[in-house]
Amino acid sequence: MTDHDVALLRRDFPILERRVNDRPLVYLDSAASAQAPRQVLEAVDRYRRRHHANVHRGAHTLSAEATEMYEGARARVARFLRADDPRGVVFTRNATEAINLVAHAYGRHRLREGDEIVVTVAEHHANLVPWHLLAAERGVTVRGVPLGGDARVDHDALAAAIGERTRIVATYHVSNVLGNLQPLRAVADAAHAVGALFVVDGAQAAPHVPIDVAALGADAYAFSGHKVGGPTGIGALWMRPELLETLPPFLGGGEMIRRVEVDHSSYADIPMRFEAGTPAIAEAIGLAAALDYLDAVGLEAIWDHDRALARYALARLAELDGVTTYGPEGPDRGGIVPFNVDGVHPHDVASFLDAEGIAVRAGHHCAQPLMRALGVDATARASFWLYTTEAEVDAFVDAVARSRAFFAPLTVAR
Amino acid sequence: MTALAQMYQAAILEHARRTRHRGVLDPADARQEGVNPSCGDELLLTLRLADGAVTAVRYEGKGCAISQASASLMAEAIEGRSRAEVEALIRHVKAMIHGEGLHPDLGELAVLEGVRRLPARVKCAALAWTTLEAALRTHPAGGPSGAEPAGAGSDGPENGGG
Repeated sequence: MTDHDVALLRRDFPILERRVNDRPLVYLDSAASAQAPRQVLEAVDRYRRRHHANVHRGAHTLSAEATEMYEGARARVARFLRADDPRGVVFTRNATEAINLVAHAYGRHRLREGDEIVVTVAEHHANLVPWHLLAAERGVTVRGVPLGGDARVDHDALAAAIGERTRIVATYHVSNVLGNLQPLRAVADAAHAVGALFVVDGAQAAPHVPIDVAALGADAYAFSGHKVGGPTGIGALWMRPELLETLPPFLGGGEMIRRVEVDHSSYADIPMRFEAGTPAIAEAIGLAAALDYLDAVGLEAIWDHDRALARYALARLAELDGVTTYGPEGPDRGGIVPFNVDGVHPHDVASFLDAEGIAVRAGHHCAQPLMRALGVDATARASFWLYTTEAEVDAFVDAVARSRAFFAPLTVAR
Repeated sequence: MTALAQMYQAAILEHARRTRHRGVLDPADARQEGVNPSCGDELLLTLRLADGAVTAVRYEGKGCAISQASASLMAEAIEGRSRAEVEALIRHVKAMIHGEGLHPDLGELAVLEGVRRLPARVKCAALAWTTLEAALRTHPAGGPSGAEPAGAGSDGPENGGG
């Protein structure tokens, strides 16, 4: 994308006109939650003003319209993932709930004591804690694969960790800290060779790269709406429909049943079996609008833009004394740049940047095992998206340089 | 950047580097861990209590300048004070960082006032004080003095999430 292209896209995001602390907002926290374009805001608003009713119930016009729009959103998600059957798409609150759904509906019923789940040290807590809960309940072991010397997950160690007792292999598509895109096909093949389920946490990939669940070899793929410019409170789990069909429900209630007696019930077909209660209808419609927007811009173009900004930011930060960055460099590196100013806690750096209108995240990024592997307690993190400009990266790097001077009295040896 | 400058003024920076009350008392009458899970600030606070007063204070921890400065200022302020005075100070500090006014007894602690204009950082300044509150709860005034170290860890104060 040219600077002109980005300038035009920015007009779609009303929030980018805001000023924060008397400065133009520089929003570098899209990996935590992306801003929504007006197309999404308008789709949600239009639905609520004109079409809202409950879905899959009632014979009236509004309910029929709402149902059509909601099921249209499901088909839109399937198309986004290059999946041919919308029945494989279950709406959830977010990627976290999607992974928990797999842990419950698949894990609790298929895993036995002594079985193993293979993850990597670089997973988000959303792709660790659901497995820990399952492990405690079922007597299952969770094995973590370490980083290699190049700040990427060691895929030789990953292949070696997958063995006879492995029942689930779960890893990320794009790391929320390292920023890299993982090649997953070989991992999928290794998992399938031992009959294991291959689960992909796509929360950071969905906003940035084209996804083809079949080409990846995924059995399950999870992502969140608010990271792709959609609303919060909506996410999706895609699972191979022929597998999903064999699983029992996760939550019980309305919508997910076939027939209910007072002492027992039978359950609906997929995907309704996994959507108990009234779903997030407006949010699902907003998510579909976000996916329309992403595909109109083009995910290849977004990925190129993210990578160019990451290269530029890493190169500029490398020119500063006393600033450390983390993660690999190369064509697999997307627009996520974790960094520390030596001797200064990242929260203090983030407060300094915020005073200049620059929003970054600071903390462990819900990836405590990875923080330990990197030898840090926490980092600051700048993350870029389709609306981020090179001028914003410049403003950010210049402010990081000034923060170092501001906090210099702290960095004197204790 | 006035809110920021006020918050990080020299006194805070100085206190974050200070080592006078760093360490662990062993034995201690109260031993309490505090943590902000969302940002990873950690604190281990140990106290000696005698004759209704806090006679010695040591803390160890890691975290941002604000959480560490707050712990250092707190240790300085409460050592040698009676429990009643310490409990009053906890109330005054909480009121201050939540923007509910500056009590004259706060003294040097008033440098923490600026944090009320950095809402994201209030929990950093509060950590030392919520940990102190929990430590005193494990060793109620009027209860047996000295003897057994109070439980730490799982019943420690936790702010935020993530």
